[in-house]
Amino acid sequence: MSVTEFSRRGLLKTAALGVAGATLNLGAVKRTFAAADLTVGIVYVGARDDFGWNQAHAVAIKSLKEVPGVKVVEEENVPETDAVSKSMESMINLDGAGLILATSFGYYTPFVVDLAKKYPDVQFRHAAPLWSQDKDPKNAGSYFGYLNQAHYVDGVAAGLCTKKNKIGFVAAKPIASVLSNINSVLLGARSTNPNATVQVIFTGDWSMPVREAEAANALVDAGCDVITCHVDGPKVVIETAEKRGVMSCGHNASQVPLAPKGFITGAEYKWITIYKGYASDLAEGKSLPNFLTGGYEVDFVQNTPFGAAATEPAQKAALAAIEGLKAKKPIYVGPLKDNKTGKVVIDKTYGNLDPFLDKMDYLLEGVVGSTT
Amino acid sequence: MSNTPVATGAPRELIDPLTTRAAHSDFAVRLRANSEYVVIPLLALIIAAGLFAVFLMAIGKSPVDFVSYVWRGGFGTAFSFQNTLQRSAPLILTALAVAIPARIGLIMIGGEGALVLGGFAAGALAIPMIGHAPPMVALVLMALFAMIVGGFWVGFSGFLRYARGVNETISSLLLTYIGIAIMNFFVEGALRDLSNPNKPSTMPIGDAYMVGKIPGTQVHWGFAFGLALCVALYFLMARTTFGFAARVTGGNSRAALAQGLPVGRLIVACSAIAGACAGLAGFFEVAAIQGRANASLAAGYGFTGILVSFLARHNPLVIPPVAILLGGLVASGGLIQRRMELPDATVLVLQGFIFVVLLTSETLYGRFAIFRSTKERDRT
Amino acid sequence: MNEAAVITVLIAMLGGAIRVSTPFMFVALGECLTEKSGRVNLGLEGTLVLGAMVAYAASYHTGSPWVGVLAAGVAGSVLGAMHGSICGLPRVNDVAVGIAMMLFGVGVAFFFGKPYIQPTAPRLGSIPLGFWSDNASLKSALQVNPLFFIGIALALALAWSLRNTRWGLVVRTVGDSAAAARAMGISVNGVRLMTTTVGGFLAGVGGAFLSLSYPGSWNQGLSSGQGLMAVALVIFARWNPLRCVAAALLFGGAGAIGPSLQSVGITQGYYFFNAAPYILTLGIMIATSSAKHSARDMPGELSMAK
Repeated sequence: MSVTEFSRRGLLKTAALGVAGATLNLGAVKRTFAAADLTVGIVYVGARDDFGWNQAHAVAIKSLKEVPGVKVVEEENVPETDAVSKSMESMINLDGAGLILATSFGYYTPFVVDLAKKYPDVQFRHAAPLWSQDKDPKNAGSYFGYLNQAHYVDGVAAGLCTKKNKIGFVAAKPIASVLSNINSVLLGARSTNPNATVQVIFTGDWSMPVREAEAANALVDAGCDVITCHVDGPKVVIETAEKRGVMSCGHNASQVPLAPKGFITGAEYKWITIYKGYASDLAEGKSLPNFLTGGYEVDFVQNTPFGAAATEPAQKAALAAIEGLKAKKPIYVGPLKDNKTGKVVIDKTYGNLDPFLDKMDYLLEGVVGSTT
Repeated sequence: MSNTPVATGAPRELIDPLTTRAAHSDFAVRLRANSEYVVIPLLALIIAAGLFAVFLMAIGKSPVDFVSYVWRGGFGTAFSFQNTLQRSAPLILTALAVAIPARIGLIMIGGEGALVLGGFAAGALAIPMIGHAPPMVALVLMALFAMIVGGFWVGFSGFLRYARGVNETISSLLLTYIGIAIMNFFVEGALRDLSNPNKPSTMPIGDAYMVGKIPGTQVHWGFAFGLALCVALYFLMARTTFGFAARVTGGNSRAALAQGLPVGRLIVACSAIAGACAGLAGFFEVAAIQGRANASLAAGYGFTGILVSFLARHNPLVIPPVAILLGGLVASGGLIQRRMELPDATVLVLQGFIFVVLLTSETLYGRFAIFRSTKERDRT
Repeated sequence: MNEAAVITVLIAMLGGAIRVSTPFMFVALGECLTEKSGRVNLGLEGTLVLGAMVAYAASYHTGSPWVGVLAAGVAGSVLGAMHGSICGLPRVNDVAVGIAMMLFGVGVAFFFGKPYIQPTAPRLGSIPLGFWSDNASLKSALQVNPLFFIGIALALALAWSLRNTRWGLVVRTVGDSAAAARAMGISVNGVRLMTTTVGGFLAGVGGAFLSLSYPGSWNQGLSSGQGLMAVALVIFARWNPLRCVAAALLFGGAGAIGPSLQSVGITQGYYFFNAAPYILTLGIMIATSSAKHSARDMPGELSMAK
């Protein structure tokens, strides 16, 4: 080790200690901070105005900005690599953030977890039900809305609107929450229309406009007259459906303006419920809940107001379904088989928040399509 | 090979007898001739910065603010600087993946694909070894496997170039897209970790098997290995017969063939080395950062590495400082987004300016009398 | 796979061939012209994306999608002129400049394009050529955008003029032997500047198609290497404009394979079907190149030929 190398490392070390010392002091200030002023940092994996996942968060956080005493710093297009670690740390160190909202699945392990261990005075909340009480630090936590409940309502309405009994679903990747959405659409449609089927095409990635358009066209060609989706930005799918003259159901944000003729309803998150809750907890000096998940029963999800294609019976059935979900009526009532091997995958009735459903890796019988 | 030499220093020295003669004369003359390689890129950087400043002012933002945030976000504090070093680690390796083939006259941009496949290979190899092999052994095997897979991937491009005349820029890019598809296929299918239903990945390798940070810093060992590889590859290309043969081929492949040099083997070897570097970057992404292989491997490091290599004029010793500079730019992107309300594409625009101006400045070499040796000047 | 399924896939491929091929066609034709004059422009990917953004923005602001197309062409020609003038300087490597322009074009497009992701701009209409059919999918597959026909007409015009006009001879001479062209008193750089600019214009129009017709939306994931694949297309088509059209159709059809196979129930390995265009391009490039023969149709001055 040469002399220059040693002194450079030493310099880095002293500098690091200096910053750490400053942060610790800042930490002490932060605790009383909560009563007066709060900086919330939020990180998006994509663009804020994607008409989809990120926009839903951005819209909710905008309402938070209007709460007096709350300042929000946002950063978009942060990939799920250590870049997010650095972004969050930068928000803590340079912007003085006291609450960090990490909005993409891949942010949690190891980035949010490691950072939560490093900054015990900062609260971290992650938008996926991953926090575990025994393994993860106490200043980290999860929040999630069970969007499949809203997709179930979509299915209920679509089941009554469809004339060909075929609903098309453009899906990104075969992960549990997407599969649950697909299965919920099927179960919702079958509750009002026992002959309904759902056909799914996977595009392979969260945002691929050309492939999404192709998939939507292929589904319409295969006879589907209602199209819905689970991709980050549903704009292309909804617009393609409208161009082909079929009906559509939305996802993540309100796509009503994109489909003036064919829109039925859509599944949207209601993050504002959660965000406002966090802000008021912090303002009152209360500790934030570590695990906040739920669906209609706690107002974490909502359905887009009905569009032009939603018929009277469909609207009535949908509203009734919403009331049922608010009263915790279960969606997954067994026995249900999967569509590949025919064996029973859902043996009994599961509550809507049951962790068993978080491990879903199958499509139910009645769905045309495969996960690989 | 290309019509104009691809910004390599060595072939010019070999071909131009005037500079060779100058090299034999006194040190000051050599210094003057070589300073051209520093002054002109620096000039290009300054001009690019100036153009970007005009761009910022045209949209109503302050260039002074921008520079101050770049400083703060990238270099000004220990935290930012270590952030920068960490971000530059993969860039050093992916830049080498462009620089080595450039020395032999090939423009290969397949680093991203090799990184993704290398990282995937490392993650896949880890699965049978977790819990059975000691961490050091496992890590070394993973790294080697990543380098082999990456090397094969880019080497294939080189082979196609030599055997079938297929343009290597396009084939390496196509292989990148194909490589990402292969990774996705396995990560979501056969090799998927089923306990993680929401983010398709391979099995986590576990904390015990992760590559740690350089003691006393927040930066992982990949940075150190990148530096070491730069030095090693510089020696390989500048001081060994292999490197000499490669550079001759880069200058004029027909002459090299006429000389009896094994051009085909040289091309494939250089491409394979390039792929190995990128594959190693993928290994570090998996073993030092993510702990598993998944779609986050395709984060664009390969593409930024292209820019780093061109900026460094494909010289392995210059790559680390350039990578740090670019890493700092990218690191400060977050702060710029938040404080100046600029979209994250701003850093892309700046990189574009730098790249374009730098390539344009290539035309300035040999034009300024001040850089030529007195002997040459007297000659005219 | 039963008969109905085969027909569905074939119709989808036909529709895909028509829809998806149009941007490929325009970029390939532009690059074909540029390469005929002896220059490579890899920056067309950036031009494509910038054209898409400018077209969407212009259409939004003026209410006319055709103004958008024109604006995209102009933006493309600006980038093309930049590329052409920089490459005209001595000692500059045009492949590298192309990569730089790609980065620059994409960066500028994303930067200025942010406010246009949300709003809805007027789109280009299509001509319903399938009116004779009762099959709804066939009708939709045959919804052809006028740009598709403009592209084919352009290819014919280009092929004819390269062969039969003096201007075409000038371009080809510059591309095959710069020395011969200079001896004829032609400004080599001037001709190349012109062809690169026109190539940029065409690529910009191709981008306009992406955002104003299919998929008909502007956001940051719009192009996935299509500009670069179009350059590969030109090599595959052996620098012949008509073969460029055929190749573009082939690629469009290949792009539609993935989703349409899934729709008829073939769902295994959809990643590979989605990667089909890239695999196809690579396969074709390997099959049609050879260390000895690739030079036959290639313009002699292309840097790739040396």
